[in-house]
Amino acid sequence: MDIKLECIGQTLVVKLSGEIDHHTSGDIRDILDREISSGNVTNLVFDFDRVTFMDSSGIGMMVGRYKQISALGGKVMVIRVSPQLDKIFEISGLKKILDFGKEKR
Amino acid sequence: MENYMKLEVPAKSCNESFVRATVGAFSVQLDISIEELSDIKTAVSEAVTNSIVHGYENMKGIVKIVCRFIEDVMEIEITDYGKGIEDIGQAMQPLFTTQPDSERSGMGFTVMETFMDELSVRSAVGEGTVVTMKKKIRG
Repeated sequence: MDIKLECIGQTLVVKLSGEIDHHTSGDIRDILDREISSGNVTNLVFDFDRVTFMDSSGIGMMVGRYKQISALGGKVMVIRVSPQLDKIFEISGLKKILDFGKEKR
Repeated sequence: MENYMKLEVPAKSCNESFVRATVGAFSVQLDISIEELSDIKTAVSEAVTNSIVHGYENMKGIVKIVCRFIEDVMEIEITDYGKGIEDIGQAMQPLFTTQPDSERSGMGFTVMETFMDELSVRSAVGEGTVVTMKKKIRG
């Protein structure tokens, strides 16, 4: 798992690559929490273009960040999700609460 | 065609990716689609994570994985000897988790049920849990 961050104004773009599971989601959470607690981030964009796997541990991590960002009055967007990952987003109910970009992989 | 494999790993989170990759590598002996392969790997990851996080509560333990296929049906059995599940019905409810503070989504069993054709869970408190999943491979 690799994570690249890019700040555009108050929006943090999180470019993830590799596999997101119980083992790796803790690291992602710690990195994002540091950024969010810095006070410079209001919105999050998760770019899933290079994510090859995610299970429900990733969903838990994303729900946690969604709660933080919502409390700040911000928005969370998810872009470039593969059809395989789309399935897990769908059954988790996250598709109803997060903004999914139109661009598909 | 018939084949099987057995795998045993310590309950360490770094083994989650190893187990699902190994089960995936075994599964490609069947005429499996990318979607089916992804479904199996995700379901296996959920079951192994449950054993590590809930069965052993991140302490020492062993997770056993047995995969077998007969013709085009893949059966995967994942066993731990951890604390067991008190109320299986409740544990299988979507969004139910015993660890809300750890950001567990409570979706593990729901993912297994959705991504596989059959799911059965046997558990005894203090003895452990056996999760058995089946999926017909259509290719």
